[in-house]
Amino acid sequence: MDVRLQISMVFHLDKCIGCHTCSIACKNVWTDRKGAEYMWWNNVETKPGTGYPTAWEDQNKYMGGWEQKNGRPDLKIGGRVLRVLNVFHNPYMPRIDDYYEPWTYKYEDLFNAPEGADQPTARPVSMITGKHIDIKAGPNWDDDLGGSPVYAANDPNLESLTAQQREELFDIERLVFFYLPRICNHCLNAACVAACPSGAIYKRGEDGIVLINQEKCRGWRMCVTACPYKKTFYNWSTGKSEKCILCFPRLETGQAPACFHSCVGRIRYLGALLYDADQMLDALNVSNDKLVEAQREMILDPFDEKVQEGALRNGIDEKAIEAAQRSPVYRYVKEWNLALPLHTEFRTLPMLFYVPPLLPVMAKSEEGLYDSSGKELFAPIDKARLPMEYMAKLFAAGNVEMVRYALRKQYAIRLFKRMETVGDIDQATVRRALEQVGASEQEAEAIYRLTSLPTMDERYVIPPSHREEAMQMLNDDMWSEKGEAGFGFRDAPVRGA
Amino acid sequence: MLDQLLFVIFPYAAALLAIVVTTQRFIRDGFSYSSLSSQFLESNELFYGSVAWHIGILGAIAGHIIGLLFPSTVLWFNGVPVRLYILEGTGLMFGLLALVGLVSLIVRRATVARIRAVTSVMDIVVLLLLLIQVGLGVYTAVFYRWGSSWYAISAVPYLRSLITFQPDVQMIAPLPVVVKLHILNAWAILTVFGFSRLVHMLVAPVHYLWRPYQLVVWNWNRKRIRKTAPHRPSPIASEIVAQTAEHGQRTTEKPAFTR
Ligand code: HEM
Ligand code: SF4
Repeated sequence: MDVRLQISMVFHLDKCIGCHTCSIACKNVWTDRKGAEYMWWNNVETKPGTGYPTAWEDQNKYMGGWEQKNGRPDLKIGGRVLRVLNVFHNPYMPRIDDYYEPWTYKYEDLFNAPEGADQPTARPVSMITGKHIDIKAGPNWDDDLGGSPVYAANDPNLESLTAQQREELFDIERLVFFYLPRICNHCLNAACVAACPSGAIYKRGEDGIVLINQEKCRGWRMCVTACPYKKTFYNWSTGKSEKCILCFPRLETGQAPACFHSCVGRIRYLGALLYDADQMLDALNVSNDKLVEAQREMILDPFDEKVQEGALRNGIDEKAIEAAQRSPVYRYVKEWNLALPLHTEFRTLPMLFYVPPLLPVMAKSEEGLYDSSGKELFAPIDKARLPMEYMAKLFAAGNVEMVRYALRKQYAIRLFKRMETVGDIDQATVRRALEQVGASEQEAEAIYRLTSLPTMDERYVIPPSHREEAMQMLNDDMWSEKGEAGFGFRDAPVRGA
Repeated sequence: MLDQLLFVIFPYAAALLAIVVTTQRFIRDGFSYSSLSSQFLESNELFYGSVAWHIGILGAIAGHIIGLLFPSTVLWFNGVPVRLYILEGTGLMFGLLALVGLVSLIVRRATVARIRAVTSVMDIVVLLLLLIQVGLGVYTAVFYRWGSSWYAISAVPYLRSLITFQPDVQMIAPLPVVVKLHILNAWAILTVFGFSRLVHMLVAPVHYLWRPYQLVVWNWNRKRIRKTAPHRPSPIASEIVAQTAEHGQRTTEKPAFTR
């Protein structure tokens, strides 16, 4: 047993209101720079939809993630030799137009235009070339376009549906969509790390955050292709790749990452998970429908004494173990089996988990009313407007049962709370619903509380980091960085000659 | 005297400059070492330009290095006419490939607006110097036949004399002007080397071929902690044990933290 600690995340999709506050918080802090204008380390996309960059889930196009080859995972873009040869031209690299060309407006024209018969306008100009452009795409170009034949219809996940199911999705009266906020998953089997020819990308041992060493990145841009979630980005100005850093400077000082902190829907949870790194290969060596379970299996019980011993032996601090015990992520993922990883079939072992949304699922009811009478238990879920197969394609590599369980459980808890607060459902029905998902009333109450009423401290349980130890290791004068451009990085990040 | 200046002092100065600048830049400003890829902004034309250019130039440079290392072997190899033709043909092919690729890269840089936006003055200097270099090289290959052989007995002794710090320009004195310009331009490229994007070739990712896929970096000395940790009495151990006992029933009770 090789116990390691991973800062992990849960996004509760039922609570996301699609406000994009998270994206803006991130943009303001990290990517409001030349070459990074088009980057959204955090983005919120509408599903069904094509997402950002366009159709990122289509790995026949982008060749991201891993594949089982002879019983071992290997990168889908091919072996090492091929990758080194492909540095001269990477055949599967996404282009700027797969995202969008960043632009601004010539606001000064509004004031400086010569007097004339027409109102002056502020024309859009490209932030790359400075020339006028016609805007063809932008961030969230498909926002809320759930039934759009241009966007939703090209969602790669629709292939999991029958023709009839697909048709229903685009029925104007029955349009349906939900939001999918995405950041880097800080995967255990990160494809970007594996693909980097320079070895510039690494996982931090202490907390599992995946980072790109900007001093070592040489712009071979293989990570951009290899990351199946398209969460590594190429800065076209500096010639370096960049990605979400999970706001580690904030985490190290006990603050939640900017996107978490600002989340209006309070959908985000962050906490430590202990996992067994020795089980990694086994967890990957299973068929698609077993992937979610195998990954759950890797996650260790922080209350188990053997696990604690192993953790201490690996240099994981006692306070960190304590934090792992209070981790909301552990609850949602392992104890309650409610949170599922996004597209596990990419086999990177992502450590961001999603509670699948009940709402658009339930939306299919007579005369626009949600049926929560409980006459036919779970009927609203099984007659879902958004088919379960679609959810399963996103959150369980096609294993419908995993998603069904998570939705039924959420539904059971709704019935339970409705019984308590409205009182129009009888106890026997509720008990039956809870029994079917194997949940006690206490568990239902706990889920309800952590879902609906959690405080900031319950949502973000950040293990204390020990920068003082790290600082000593560096043999550095702690104060030498004061007033400089950042830790270990003393010059402004400007493009080389 | 002029020969001494151009073919002895100039190359030494250029080499010294290249060594000092590249190491200094690597240590002080590793950030500036990058391929500065522009594929993200334009990919289709780059394919023809970059692939042809790099295969061509790497092949051509390899040829020069092989000749430099094993001149007598090359001469022996060229003793049989067929083999000479093959070697010359291969060399010319690499040269032409590089030339075509380079012209394509230059055209792309000049015509694609997005690429112009990421073009520095040094990029232009480098591309022009390389164009001169490859152009002269291909011209030589076409009009001064059997270069693979005469290179071994003229330029190679000269290069070796430079490397062994016993500079001797006699062997290249009789070479045609075009070839002399080719040599001179090489030293010009070496002069700008450290100041340009050309440094990217020094960090070519060969190491990737054998490194393990996953890479984990600890900020502290994990080994040291590993060794001492089991013997360290744990102040919260008893607390953890207490919580573990509670754990079995944790879900049957409201977890403390939700209150
Ligand atoms: C040693 C192995 C080498 C590797 C791995 C390598 C790799 C690269 C890469 C990835 C690019 C960026 C292409 C893009 O825009 O995406 C590039 C550009 C370039 N390389 Fe190399 N290179 C190597 C050797 C060389 C050599 C020997 C030369 C010249 C003597 C050279 C000259 C150039 C030039 C001039 C460019 C800029 C092309 C442009 O105008 O965009 N490279 N190289
Ligand atoms: S801030 Fe929160 S609620 Fe708003 S879009 Fe982002 S994840 Fe959803």
